[in-house]
Amino acid sequence: MEAFAALLDTLVYTRSRNAKIAALARYLRDTPDPDRGYALAALSDGLDFTAVKGSTIRALMRERVDPELWTLSRDYVGDSAETASLLWPEPEQVLGPPPTVAEAVDALAAMTRSTVASELPALLDRLDAEGRYALLKLATGAMRIGISARLAKTAFAQAFDVGIEDVEEHWHGQSPPYTALFDWAAHGAAPPDTENLPLFRPFMLAHAFEADDLDLDAYVAEWKWDGIRVQAVHAPGESGTGESRLYSRSGDDISASFPEIPAALDVPCVLDGELLVRGEAQGGKEGGAASFNALQQRLGRKTVSKKMLREAPAFVRLYDVLQIDGEDLRPLPWARRREALESLLHRLDPERFDLSRLIDVPGFTELAALRENARDAAIEGVMLKRRDSPYVAGRKTGLWYKWKRDPLLIDCVLMYAQRGSGKRSSFYSDFTFGCWDGDPDGEGQLLPVGKAYFGFTDAELKELDRHVRQHTVNRFGPVRETDKSLVFEVAFDSVHASARHKSGLAMRFPRIHRIRSDKPAHEADRIESLRALIRD
Amino acid sequence: MSENPDLKGTSARAFHCDRVARAFSWIRPEPWGIHVVPADCWIDPARAVDRALVTHGHADHARGGHGQTYATPETLAIMKLRYATSDGAVPVAYHETITLPGGVKATWIPAGHVLGSAQILLEHAGERILVTGDFKRRADPTCPPFEVTPCDVFITEATFGLPVFRHPPTQHEIAKLTDALAAEPERCVLVGAYALGKAQRVIAELREAGHAQTIWLHGALEKMCRLYEDFGVDLGPLSLVSEAPSKEAMAGHAVLAPPSALNDRWSRRLPDPRTAMASGWMRVRQRARQRGVELPLIISDHADWDELTRTVTEVAPRETWITHGREEAMLRWCELHQKKARALALVGYEDEGGDD
Repeated sequence: MEAFAALLDTLVYTRSRNAKIAALARYLRDTPDPDRGYALAALSDGLDFTAVKGSTIRALMRERVDPELWTLSRDYVGDSAETASLLWPEPEQVLGPPPTVAEAVDALAAMTRSTVASELPALLDRLDAEGRYALLKLATGAMRIGISARLAKTAFAQAFDVGIEDVEEHWHGQSPPYTALFDWAAHGAAPPDTENLPLFRPFMLAHAFEADDLDLDAYVAEWKWDGIRVQAVHAPGESGTGESRLYSRSGDDISASFPEIPAALDVPCVLDGELLVRGEAQGGKEGGAASFNALQQRLGRKTVSKKMLREAPAFVRLYDVLQIDGEDLRPLPWARRREALESLLHRLDPERFDLSRLIDVPGFTELAALRENARDAAIEGVMLKRRDSPYVAGRKTGLWYKWKRDPLLIDCVLMYAQRGSGKRSSFYSDFTFGCWDGDPDGEGQLLPVGKAYFGFTDAELKELDRHVRQHTVNRFGPVRETDKSLVFEVAFDSVHASARHKSGLAMRFPRIHRIRSDKPAHEADRIESLRALIRD
Repeated sequence: MSENPDLKGTSARAFHCDRVARAFSWIRPEPWGIHVVPADCWIDPARAVDRALVTHGHADHARGGHGQTYATPETLAIMKLRYATSDGAVPVAYHETITLPGGVKATWIPAGHVLGSAQILLEHAGERILVTGDFKRRADPTCPPFEVTPCDVFITEATFGLPVFRHPPTQHEIAKLTDALAAEPERCVLVGAYALGKAQRVIAELREAGHAQTIWLHGALEKMCRLYEDFGVDLGPLSLVSEAPSKEAMAGHAVLAPPSALNDRWSRRLPDPRTAMASGWMRVRQRARQRGVELPLIISDHADWDELTRTVTEVAPRETWITHGREEAMLRWCELHQKKARALALVGYEDEGGDD
C-alpha cells in the first residue's frame, strides 16, 4: 500500500501529463501481480466494494470526531477521504505492517455492512495518513485525481511497449487484477480471447467545429440527435446462444435500463448510434424522437416498469457500424461502413433501430442555414464526418466534427455560491442563479433557475470568489448567500419543464457565458422569458 | 471529544460576553489591533499609532510608522532591516518586565515562532492577559522555545485551528527534501519559503540533519539570513543564485526562494528545478496543487491543531480569545471542553493564501 500511496501522491502533485504517465508506467513495471492490476483498476474503471460507501466513512468518523469539527474540516479540505485520512485518530502503538494492495482489496471485498464498522478501522490503524488516504480512495472508488481511464491505458501501453489501440481492445471483458492482460503485455502471452463476447469497443469521437467553411465533397453531414451516444452489441457469447449488451459512451453497461434494445438485437454486430425515446419533439413527426428530457426519465434506472416501456419506448438511431458477423469494419472508410450499415438494416428490428438520415445539401452555406434552424427542430446540431475516415478510437483531428447550434443566452442574478471540490476546494465556484419572478422594480423576487460550475477562466474564478466573499449576506454551512448584485449571462442548450425545481423548469448544460459586472441586477431577465423557451 | 456536546451555546455565551466586558475592561480588541486602554498602547496594530507593543517581525504584525515601538532587540533589528528606520525603538529583553503608563506591566516571553518572537504578558488590576502573537510548540533551532505562562485571558492565534492540521515530525519532512535531492542529482529542488523565519528554519533544520552542502539563495533572502547569523544562528555555507558560476553548480542542491518566485521567470536559471514549498498549508493536497507545488513540505512556524489545543489546556486560562485563523473550529473545541472562548475577528492578519 505504501508504493500505491506514493504513486497517488505523485499523480496528485505532478502537473505534466507525460510525467504522470511515466510515474504510472514505472509503478506498473515495478510492482508485482496482483497489486499492480488492482491499482490499475482503482485508477481506471474503479473497484466497487458494496459495503464501503462515502456514507460508511462519514459514519466511522461520526463515532470518532465531533460532527461540527468534521463538517468544518470537510468543507475546508474539499474531499471526504482526505479529511478522514487526516482526522483519523492514530493508534497508540503500531498494529502490524501496512497491508498490500491485494490484501486490502480482498479484505474490502469480504466486508459486509455489519462487519465494515470494525474491519475498515483495523486496516486504517495499520496505515499512516498517506496510506489511509490511498485506502479510502481505493475503497470508495472515487479517485478524482485527474487520471482518466485513457491516461491509465496509455501508461499501461508505455510500461510494456505495446500499442494503445491493442490495450483498449483487449481491456474490455477483462476484470481486475487483469492478470491475462499483464501476461500478454509484460510476458508476451497470447492476448485474452474475447472474440465471442459482447464487448464494448472504444468510441470514435468528434472535435468541435470551429472553422467557417468545409468541403462537402470530402465530408458528409448528418443531424446530431439529442439523446445519449450508445453502442449496441450482439455476440454468440460463451454459451453460443447469443448475448446482447447496450453500452454508454463511457463503456458502462446500461442494458438493464433499456432492456428493449438488447432484447431486439440478434444479429452478431457492433452498432454505434444515438439512444432516443419515441416522440415528436426532435424534428417533428418525421424526426420521430422525444426531447432529451423524456429520455432522462429513463436514465440510471436499475429496473424499468411496463408502463415506462409502453409510454417512453426507446430506440437507437444508427450512425455507424463497427462489426458485422465477426468481421471488423473499422479500418474501412466511412462510406463503405455506411453502405454496410444500410444493407444491414433489413436484418434489424425496425421498432428499435432506424438509420440516422444524411443531410442532403448542395453546399456549406445551405448547411449553415439548416443548422441555424436546428433549434426550431429541437435538434442539437450537425455532425460532419470525413467520407474516407476509418473508425478510430478517441478524438482524431480532421475526421469527425460536431457543430452544435449556438447556445441560448439569458441574464441571471447570482444568488448563492458554494465551495467547489477537488482542485477548486478553496474557491466559491458552484453558483446558483435566478431570474425575476414579478417586476424587479416592484414586488418581484428572484427565483433560482439553475446552477453552473464552469464557463469561466481561472482569472474570472478568482474574481468571482472575491465577489462572493465580499458580498455575503448569509451563510448556510458551505453555502453563502450573496447580496444578489452580480449579473451573469448564462448560456444553455435548452430548457425543459421540470416538477423537481421550484421554478418549474430545468436548464440543460448551463454555463457562465459572461460576467456582466456592468449590468444592474434589476435589468436581469424575468422568468417568463425562460419559460417561453421550453420546447417539450 | 465526547464531553458534554450539549452545552447551551447562545445563552451561556451571551451571559459570558457580558461578564467579559466587566472583568477585563482595560483591554479592548478592536478590528485593527488590541488596545491596552490605561496605557493607551496597541499590540500589533494594523495602523500607525503612538505606542505599539510588537510580538514579532512579520509584516502583518510589525508595521512601520509608530511613535514608539516596544519589542525584543531581534524583532527591532528585523523591523529596522525592513523599514530602514529604528526611530522610537524601545528594546525589551525576554523576561524583562517594563511598566507602561497607567501602571500596566508588560513582559516579553518566547513564543517559538521566529527569531525574536514573543508572547506579551500584560498585568493590571490583578488580572493577567497574555497575547501570543504567532507561536508554535515544536523545536526550532533558530529561536528559543515557547514557554507556557499561566494567565486569566489567553489571546491566541488559530492559523491552523482545524483538526486536519497535524504537522508531521520536522525530520520526516526534511528527509523528503534530502531524499529528493539524492534521487535526482542532475536537478535541484527549489524550496519556496517565507523570507523571515521559514527560510532560516529550513536551512537550520537541514544542517541539523547533517546536510553540509552549499544552499543557494534567491537575493530576497540574503539580508535576513545575514541578520540571523549576526544573532548567532549558524546557517552553514550559503551562496547567491545570481553569483552561481553555472547552472550545473546548483544541480543536486537545495535552492531557497520566497514563494512568489516559485513560478517566476527567475527560476529558469536553475537546473530543471523540482518545486517544493515549506508550509503548514501543504498538509492539504489541493492547497499544494493550487500553488503548483510538486514536493510539499509540511513545515510550519505555527502551532498545529494538537499544539493549539494542548496549549489552551496547559495554560488553563479563565478565557481564551482567538485573534485570527480558523476560529470556528477552535470555538467548537473550547465549547466541547467547557472552556470559555470568543473570536475577536481581527483584520489584516495573513490567513488563507498567506505564506504561513
